[in-house]
Formats: sequence, C-alpha cells, structure tokens
Amino acid sequence: MSPEGSRPAPRSLFEKLWDRHLVKAETPETPAMLYIDLHLVHEVTSPQAFSVLAERGLKVRRPDRTLATIDHSTPTLDFAPGETPPYATEAARHQVETLQANTKAQGITLHGWDSPHRGVVHVIGPELGATQPGMTIVCGDSHTATHGAFGALAFGIGTTEVGHVLATQCLLQRKPKSMRINVEGETAPGISAKDIILAIIAEIGVDGGTGCVIEYAGSAIKALDMDGRMTVCNMSIEAGARAGMIAADETTFAWLKGRERVPSGADWDKAVEAWSNYRSDPGAHFDKEVTIDASAIQPMVTWGTAPDTGIAVDAPVPDARSASHAKALNYMKFEAGMPVSGQKVDQVFIGSCTNSRITDLRAAAAIMSGRQVAPGVRALVVPGSVAVRAQAEAEGLDRIFIEAGAEWRQPGCSMCIAMNGDKGEPGQLIVSTSNRNFEGRQGPGARTVLASPATAAAAAIAGHVINPATLMEPAHA
Amino acid sequence: MPEQFNTLTSRTFVIDQEDIDTDQIIPARFLTTTTRDGLGKLAFHDWRYDSNGKPLENVSLNSLDTGTHQVLVAGRNFGCGSSREHAPWALYDFGFRAVIASEIADIFRSNSAKNGLVPIVAPPEAHDWLMAHPDVEIEIDLADQRVDLGNGPSFHFEIEPFAKHCLMEGTDPLGYLTAQSDAITAYET
Ligand code: SF4
Repeated sequence: MSPEGSRPAPRSLFEKLWDRHLVKAETPETPAMLYIDLHLVHEVTSPQAFSVLAERGLKVRRPDRTLATIDHSTPTLDFAPGETPPYATEAARHQVETLQANTKAQGITLHGWDSPHRGVVHVIGPELGATQPGMTIVCGDSHTATHGAFGALAFGIGTTEVGHVLATQCLLQRKPKSMRINVEGETAPGISAKDIILAIIAEIGVDGGTGCVIEYAGSAIKALDMDGRMTVCNMSIEAGARAGMIAADETTFAWLKGRERVPSGADWDKAVEAWSNYRSDPGAHFDKEVTIDASAIQPMVTWGTAPDTGIAVDAPVPDARSASHAKALNYMKFEAGMPVSGQKVDQVFIGSCTNSRITDLRAAAAIMSGRQVAPGVRALVVPGSVAVRAQAEAEGLDRIFIEAGAEWRQPGCSMCIAMNGDKGEPGQLIVSTSNRNFEGRQGPGARTVLASPATAAAAAIAGHVINPATLMEPAHA
Repeated sequence: MPEQFNTLTSRTFVIDQEDIDTDQIIPARFLTTTTRDGLGKLAFHDWRYDSNGKPLENVSLNSLDTGTHQVLVAGRNFGCGSSREHAPWALYDFGFRAVIASEIADIFRSNSAKNGLVPIVAPPEAHDWLMAHPDVEIEIDLADQRVDLGNGPSFHFEIEPFAKHCLMEGTDPLGYLTAQSDAITAYET
C-alpha cells in the first residue's frame, strides 16, 4: 500500500506479539511453536497433564513461569483455620490435593488455601501483576482471553497442551486470523462493560469470532477501566474467538504499577517504554472488522441458552428463528414477544472471572445499599479472590450485602460452573454475572440469564428481572 | 494413547442440533476427575439420564451400538464453550471415532485431534445430506481427507496437516516438542 514500498508493513498488536514469541515459524507440515511467558494452572484441567509428564519422566521446564491456584472445585463456605475445607465431594478434595502434590513436586508456586492471593485464576494473574503487556499467556481454561485486557496474547488450551507447556514452555499453534471490533462513542450512564460485550456477541454471534484473535478498540473501550476491559476480553470465547485483546495504555500502566510481580524503579520505566510499543500500527491489516455504536447499548440480558442471545432488558424476546432457538425458548420457559424483564427470579449470582472484581462488587453494592433482597430470592456474592474480598470488606461492601440479605462468600468459581456445590435447582431462574447460559451450566435444569452486576443486583432486590436504571438512585434510608 | 486412524467404515449417528456445547457433551460437575479414563458413561449425561441417574429409555444414545456407529454427525458450531479436553475424552471413550459438523469450535477441534477423534467439517451440501439421511454407512479416508457417503455425494475435508499426522500415528505432539529443546533454549537465552 505504501508508495515507497520499502517501509516495514504495519502490523497489528496481535502480529507483533505473535512474531516476538516464535520459537519456530510454521511450515505447511507443522504449526508454529510459540514461547509462553506465563502458564496459569488450576486443579481441574491439570492433573492428567502432570500424569503424562510423570509417565514420560519429564520435569516442568520453567516452574518460575508457571503459577497455580485452586478455584473451580473449592467450596465458598467459611471454615475455621486448621479445619478441612467443606468440599462438596471427595473427588473435589482429591483434585485439590492432587494439585497441591503436583505443584510441590515440581516447584511451582501455588496460591492455595493459605495464600492471600487465592482466587479465580483469571482474577489473580492480573492482581499479582503476573499478567503483563506483551506477554503470551496460556491456561487450561477457555476464559484465558481475560488477560488480553493488558495487551497480552492469551489463549485457552486443552489438557494435552497444558502438558506441552509444562514440559517445554511452548505451544503449537497455527496463526489465527485477526478481527478488530471498534466500539465507538459514549455509553449511556449506568451501562457497564458486561452490557458492551453482551451487545457485541449478540451482534456477531457465538461463532462470529471463530478462528480469530479479536482486538477491541474504539473510544468506548478506551474509556473502560481495567476491570471493565477484563470483562470484555473474558467473553471473547463466547463469540468463538481464540483470544481477545486491548492495547495497553496509561490506564493499564496505572493499574499495574506497584503490584507484586511487576518491575519497579528504573525497570518500571523501561518496562512501560517497551509495553507502549505493543499496539496496532495505523493501517495494520485485520481479516475482519466490525464497528459497534456504544450510544445504542442498553442494559443487556440473555433470553436463550447461548451467550449470543443478548437483548435489551426491556426489549421483547425475538421469535424463534431456528429449531435451536425454539428449543432454547422452551428450555427457558420464555415467550417470544415478552421482555425478559418481569420474569420471576429464584437465585442471583454475582461472581465469576467475568464480574467478580472490586468495581463489579461496588456496582452491585450501590444497588443493594439500603435495600432488601426480595423474599424467596437467594443472592450469592462471591468475590474473585481473597484480595478482592479483603478490599470489599475494607470498603464496607460486605456489610451492605449482608444487611440486604445476600450471602457473602469465600472466593472461587462457585455457581459459574456449579461444580463446588453452589448451584441452581431444576427449573430455577438464575440471574448471573457469569459468562455461560448453556443448558444445565449452573445445575441440571437450571435456567440462566446473563447480566451485569447492576442488573443482577437489581433482580435480587426486585425479585424479578428489571432494568437496573430504576434502582440506580440511592435508596431512602 | 488413542488408536491409529487410517480409514473407517461406519454408520452415522445424527444429533440434529446446533451449538452443542461442551457442558452438554460432559457436564462440569463431572470434571472433578483426575484421570481421563471411563468418561464415556458421562458423555451427554444430562440428555441420557434422569435426575436419579437412571438411563432414560426413549433416548437413542442409550441404545446406540458404537460397534457399528462410530461417527457422530451434528449441527453447526459443535463443541463450543469450554476448553475441557474431557469432552473429546468422553466421546472417544463412548466409542465415537469421528465427528462431522458444518462447523466445529476451535479448541474442541484441536483437542479432538490429539485424542483419536477425527474432527470433520463438511461442506454445506454434504452436511445437509448427512443430516437428512440419519444412520447411513459412510467411509472416512483420513490419508485422502475424503468421506464417501455411500449413495450420497463424497466430499473432501480440510484438516491441519500436523493434526492429521498425529491422528494417523496415534501419537500426541509432545515428542515432537521435546525434540526441539535446543531451539527453545536458544529462544530463552
Ligand atoms: S469463573 Fe467460571 S468461567 Fe471463570 S474460570 Fe471459573 S468456571 Fe471458568
């Protein structure tokens, strides 16, 4: 394109990170070998990988680049120091103990029961400053794209690949396609990052990003704080994407400064200088590009059993366009033509790697403050990490939740995946700040409506799905 | 290690549904396992059993003979959702050796190929034909990347060459990676 034809071709953020981490370029026969800067590990997708290493007599190549925590199978109920955690099943206990043994044997840092940084893997990586711009990051978990919010290239991988990275610190990958989603303009007051990403997925579909690394850009993305950017990148997989990312900027640097694992002093300045180069050049090529009007985004909820069924909370549920839509409507017991607002709610879940950070809890607390959870509704507030929980308690948010009648839990994945005992019952309607509304995701037969922390909190108070704008004025004491 | 895959002649089993996610293939509450064995009985668990764990009688998956039916045919976007490798482990252990859909989610496709389950994306016409003709005998030739549909049209499919190599050899790529340790050391220094 350039008239001189001699300048280096403009590259996207994704291409820069891809090129920088090539141990071996791809050939027709073999995928590229990418070096991985940070490998996050949790109890569910790692045991079989450690077993393979043991069978083959291999050691973990870079324990210093590997970081583990326990989150999926862990109970969120209180227990006294020295007591055995109240695991839902023996299998859950065994799984956690297996990770404890594996990390100990291999010299890997584990943020386990005694750590002030235990928590959902995608919450603690950034919180510790282990997640940094320019890195390649993987985890045996599809929501690893969360870390892309820091200008990192972060992939969710399978357990076999967890083994590959443990043994060699490398991942085999064909170069994905690239896609840029520009969210331009200003969002209306009270619209959160969750509403933005639900609107994006509704626009492009559950397979709209398949095969792609998505870069989110535009004024509405730049305006988001880091928690909001993580919420957006987190749900990239819900559009089928391999990864999602946002270029690092002043907001990123300010958030990271002073965290445990980031450089300090003169090294910090050098790091920021290097990080500042990780952004897409003007004219960089993207295989696909989409622009979304931020000003049109309303508080979103899902009506179906796939995350691309987001609609404005007061908008009518659309007519079934396909057999799977009809099946979803039937499962959800929703009627086309009626809005989701007004639907009676049984449980509310505020938590998960999508929405369990401090700003999420503040948004929920702002709605619940001085109000009561509706009779018959169970509301669970599950902070993303021990540190988030401590911060919330320092701000008095726990009092607000408890006085409103919500349950203030210990950190973990909890009802996002319902494998630790926290779950919905058949037929129950759950308004959830998590990322998946698949059939049975939150318990067999449980029906999930995905929403923002404000919308979820409002549902808890009203006892039915409701536009949170109606509760955004403080309650009268 | 999975068996080597070369050619397969088998009947198809059709699930006429799009967006079958990994929570359907194996519900999350069964992920507390620390091995990869014996997950076949949990495949599509919540479709196959009632709330007391009793097999449902009118569900054809419960009477399916995977001696004769080793090819699963499903709608668009099969395997979307989580990265859990338990999904292909469960399908393989259940007895499936190939999945055909008009679109297969990325991570699931990559996980399948490492575990002896051949992921096949069929072109729309052939996919429509397969959906409209449940329970037909087909032949999959992995070396040729071709599926013969008996009295239907045959079609060519794409598969990543290294994934194909691993499926045909019945290996996973760990050996290949560990053999590159010099290149890794060079990168690290
Ligand atoms: S919070 Fe939910 S989506 Fe996030 S890592 Fe845990 S189970 Fe997965």
